[in-house]
Amino acid sequence: MEAIILQILNGLDKGSAYALIALGLTLIFGTLGVVNFAHGALFMIGAFCAVTLSRILTLSHTIVDDTQTDFLGNPLKVDVPYVMDWFGEATGSAIIDWAVPLSILFAIPVMIAIGVIMERGLIKHFYKRPHADQILVTFGLAIVLQEIIKYYYGANPIPTPAPAAFKGSFDFGAMLGFDPNIIIYPYWRIIYFAFAAVIIGAVFAFLQFTTFGMVVRAGMADRETVQLLGINIDRRFTLMFGIAAAVAGLAGVMYTPINSPNYHMGMDFLVLSFVVVVVGGMGSLPGAVAAGFLLGILESFASMREVLAVLPGLNQIIIYLVAIIILLTRPRGLMGRKGVMEE
Amino acid sequence: MFGLDKKDTRLLILVAILVALAPFLLNPFPEGSAMAQFNAGYPDLMQRFVIFGIFAIGFNILFGLTGYLSFGHAAFLGVGSYAAIWMMKLLTMNVIPAIFVSVIVAGIFSLAVGWISLRRSGIYFSILTLAFAQMSYSLAYSVLTPITGGETGLQPKVNDPRVLDGALAEGATPKANLFGLEMGSSFEWSVGGWLFTFNAGYYLAAVVMLIAFYMSIRIFRSPFGMMLRAVKSNQQRLNYTGLNAKPYTLAAFVISGMYAGLAGGLMVAMDTQVGAERMFWTASGEVVLMSILGGVGTLIGPVLGAGAIKYMENILSKINKEILHQWFAFMPDGIEDILVSLVYPFIGKGWHLTLGIIFMLVVIFLPGGLVEGGQRVARLFKRKKPAEDGPDGKTTPAE
Repeated sequence: MEAIILQILNGLDKGSAYALIALGLTLIFGTLGVVNFAHGALFMIGAFCAVTLSRILTLSHTIVDDTQTDFLGNPLKVDVPYVMDWFGEATGSAIIDWAVPLSILFAIPVMIAIGVIMERGLIKHFYKRPHADQILVTFGLAIVLQEIIKYYYGANPIPTPAPAAFKGSFDFGAMLGFDPNIIIYPYWRIIYFAFAAVIIGAVFAFLQFTTFGMVVRAGMADRETVQLLGINIDRRFTLMFGIAAAVAGLAGVMYTPINSPNYHMGMDFLVLSFVVVVVGGMGSLPGAVAAGFLLGILESFASMREVLAVLPGLNQIIIYLVAIIILLTRPRGLMGRKGVMEE
Repeated sequence: MFGLDKKDTRLLILVAILVALAPFLLNPFPEGSAMAQFNAGYPDLMQRFVIFGIFAIGFNILFGLTGYLSFGHAAFLGVGSYAAIWMMKLLTMNVIPAIFVSVIVAGIFSLAVGWISLRRSGIYFSILTLAFAQMSYSLAYSVLTPITGGETGLQPKVNDPRVLDGALAEGATPKANLFGLEMGSSFEWSVGGWLFTFNAGYYLAAVVMLIAFYMSIRIFRSPFGMMLRAVKSNQQRLNYTGLNAKPYTLAAFVISGMYAGLAGGLMVAMDTQVGAERMFWTASGEVVLMSILGGVGTLIGPVLGAGAIKYMENILSKINKEILHQWFAFMPDGIEDILVSLVYPFIGKGWHLTLGIIFMLVVIFLPGGLVEGGQRVARLFKRKKPAEDGPDGKTTPAE
């Protein structure tokens, strides 16, 4: 029982990342009908938004501190971040400590802007071209974005820690009444899961309960009719692309403390996220989310020692295996809509 | 000749001449001159040109003719490589059995993968092939380590059984050979400032590539090739005429898988080691890039694309900041620095950026790749006779 709960918990954080990326992919696919291979790059750019903000926050100037001396006896030179000058030492260091959560505010406008520019500048011209062309051009774009990030930030992973308050782990098992020290779970992962749940909820609420969302859903169902009603659906879809980019970006921002960002993290997640989207059903938002969590949890179950003893290497291939089985038995994926991507 | 019409024969002979003279053509600059770094006429790179040419020709038979975009072709290349290296470990260091077995094993593997993947089409097909390739890659790295050597990979060792070869002397390294002619051996010819290298392995690979190229021409011109084109243009109509498209697409898939296996076997023949990283999905992406860059659905396009990408990979990535400073040394100092800093991100380690940008430009503006570009340029010069606007010779226009 403990082991099962532990594996479910372990699967949640990866599953959350899959679900968020797959949600964005599906939003783009469902609205614009574009297969976006650059979506992993958006995830990566989000992560580097967090890196950038924490670098901006720690921009500092050097002052000479007369009260302390270094080992040669000279007055010690101390780097003081500008935020400490402006907000005082306590607030300043708190701001630096909370750089990753603060990056959310920074990343949202940046990612929406990137998404809108991408759609207006490039993807707009590919609506009428075959899906293969869309895949190819976004694949090229992903390479370009990745290389630009690599040029400016280097090829090595950049550690970006979570705020001190969320470092370490807590004993989740004890809270549920199991023996202590069996289910130990890091704080940040539970926060990541909660964050993902909030974002997913927000996207669904936005689509379900606002007029804008209603129009977008109508456009997803029948674009032509909506246009005939005199609604400029293109503009709304462009904004949805921005929102999808922001969702991927936020997934990246919050993922930085779990895994130090490097320039190819996007590609690593992209391949899996595509599998997730296909398993969930092309164009189905609930399908994408459900499949994301399902595959994340399955992956962590497959990496249990007991399972590996029977079927070695299962953890490496479980996602692809599930995808193959699902595609062959349920061609539309778990919750695919009829008539979407059926040639 | 060989059942080809005049135009195709001309193309085949042209390619054969180019390939045979490659050691000269790719070495236009004298040794030691400032431009010598652009020389591509060294064996390692030339071998890669033809081997990846074979890989891309095969991929083009699938993607160019049927329109099925596979993102997992590197798996067949990897399987072929592993098959070849095991032949070398168990049977003989002669490359002939290794190459044959690699083609057969890759063919069987691609039959299995294609049988399943071809139940779906479009993006689903891409994802399925990608899933299979990633599975093979992960398995080669983890569970199959006894067969694949895992992270360290495989190479022939002195004390491998090798039933057909005699025992090697202690301390000798087993070398791939063709009936005693070592693949690594080359004949160097120094003329004036030039140094030309004629490598046995390169010429073996080149002959194989010419055969592969000839076969791809035959496939393109055959009724079978017409059926594949019909699958691409309208599969539904094909079904309505009472034809089942599956056997045709499956055959194309297996053929292109065998081409990939052949490329993998040749890779091992040239450089007797295998690692799982050549099955990673970026390797599959690379062959897609090659075909698109050269021109999908054309005969010569994939070879051109493979050559262009491998040339960029090897030559662009060698250029560093000092060389750039030399180039722009004639400029005033300030402008020199600005120019260097402008160009620097696109070369050396950043050559992928150049590749990505060129690739995007090609997909956006030139969907037919380099071949279409060449045709457009040729048409510009041929403006005088607009009536003769048909396909101008060697290649069929891409979609």
